[in-house]
Formats: sequence, C-alpha cells, structure tokens
Amino acid sequence: MSMMNIFSVSGSAVSAQSQRLNVVASNLANADTVAGPDGAAYKARQVTFQTQLMGTMGGDAATAGVTVSNISEDQTPGRRVHDPKHPSADADGYVTYSNVNAVEEMVNMISASRSYQNNVEVMNTAKSLLLKTIQMGN
Amino acid sequence: MLDRLTSSIDFQGQALSLRAERQRLIASNIANADTPGYVSRDMNFAQALRDATGSQELRVGTTGRLDTTQSGHIAGSGATPGQANLQYSSVSQTSLDNNSVDMDRERASFADNSVKYEATLRFINGNVRTMLEAIKGQS
Repeated sequence: MSMMNIFSVSGSAVSAQSQRLNVVASNLANADTVAGPDGAAYKARQVTFQTQLMGTMGGDAATAGVTVSNISEDQTPGRRVHDPKHPSADADGYVTYSNVNAVEEMVNMISASRSYQNNVEVMNTAKSLLLKTIQMGN
Repeated sequence: MLDRLTSSIDFQGQALSLRAERQRLIASNIANADTPGYVSRDMNFAQALRDATGSQELRVGTTGRLDTTQSGHIAGSGATPGQANLQYSSVSQTSLDNNSVDMDRERASFADNSVKYEATLRFINGNVRTMLEAIKGQS
C-alpha cells in the first residue's frame, strides 16, 4: 500500500504549513509591540522548510515530506518613532517598534493557507481512492 | 489455464501499483511546494509500466532484456517499478529559491493520475466481474 505514505507526506506538509501560519499570526499580533519580554523590540520570525525523506525502506527518494528546519528572527532594525511622551521612549525620545512588515505577513499567510488547502485536497483524493481500492473486486 | 484467467488482472495490477507510486510522487511535489531548493520529480509512466510488466515477458523471452540463454546466466529480476524511471521535471518559471515545483502542473497531473487510477480500478473490477460471470455460467 504505497498510497498510505501520501498521508504521512501530506500530513507533514500540513503540519509545517500550520506552523508557518502560527508564526505569521504571532508576527501580525506583535506588529505594534513596543517591547518583548526581554525589553527589546519584537523581531519578526520566519520559518525555513526542509525536505525530509520518509520512505519505508531506507529513505525512498520518491517520498519526500516537509519539516520546519529552523525558525529565524529577522535582524533588520525596527521602526523608530519620535514620541518623547511614550513610557518606552529612549533618551532621544524615540520609541522602537517591532520590525514586522504587515504586507509581507499577509502575503505569507495567503501562501501558507493555499498550500495547506492543496495538501488537504491531496489527502482527500488519496483517501477516496484508497476506499475504492479496498472495495476492489466487488 | 488458471494463469490465463488472471493474466490480464496481473497487468492491471501492475498499472495500479505504478499509478499509486506516481500519486505518491506528485503528493511529495505538492507537499514541497514551498521548500527552498526542492526539485520536482515525475515518472515516465509508459517506460515504468513497460519495465514492470517486462518481468512477465522475460519468462517468455520475447524482449531483448535479460534473457537467460546459457546455464550460467543469472535470471534478472525486473526493474524496481518507478525507482529507475524517476526524472526531474524541468522548470517552467524560475524562482528565487530554486524550487522547481509548478503547482498548476502538479495539480493537473494529480487530477489526471487520480482519474486514471480509478479507471484502472474499474478495469480490474470489470475483469473480475466478467470472470465470475463466466465461472458461474447460466444457472
């Protein structure tokens, strides 16, 4: 039943994409954060995907899932706004906001949700084909 | 005699398992649509099917593949279905992260392959039904 592997392949992709959606959600939620738990401004996070061979017999090249290899922080300096009355303003009267780019995050979100949908559809198709295969010879 | 009863089903069975293999391949491509550096793969289905069913012809000796004509020859088993026929699909639109998955093409191939999988399944079911009808005769 080599088709059974489709569920592990698409399942890994769905889980990776949902992790990406999670990261996008936390970026968007923190778009206007002034300071994180460590006192510094929030840095946008980004997932990196990596191919993961998941064959049954010692890594079959045809069966390649996805895994999130690491989550990196965007190191570009955050947005600085002159607002001396703000409680988090520095000595010069500037407040440093997070470096999240809302437009980029929205695009990322749409891309992640489309990929998610694609993989769910792959699983649905595989499921209906397998169900028909089980009834073979009827 | 019994061999002839199921030989046509054998062929369809090989085709079905190759279709399943290709389905898995395309699922991997769709899963890796956002992975940097992933190169999309596809299968030369006609060649793979010829290789997979070639092992049957091997016994008959009609093909030019791996015939055992001398006593010292080692009988070759047919090629592993699919594995040898994996090919890299070419890029239609280059992307910055070197990913060569073309989602439109993959989705089309996936739909095409599912329909053909189901067709093969129906051929098998039809074959089985025909055989059973013939065995039962008119009662």
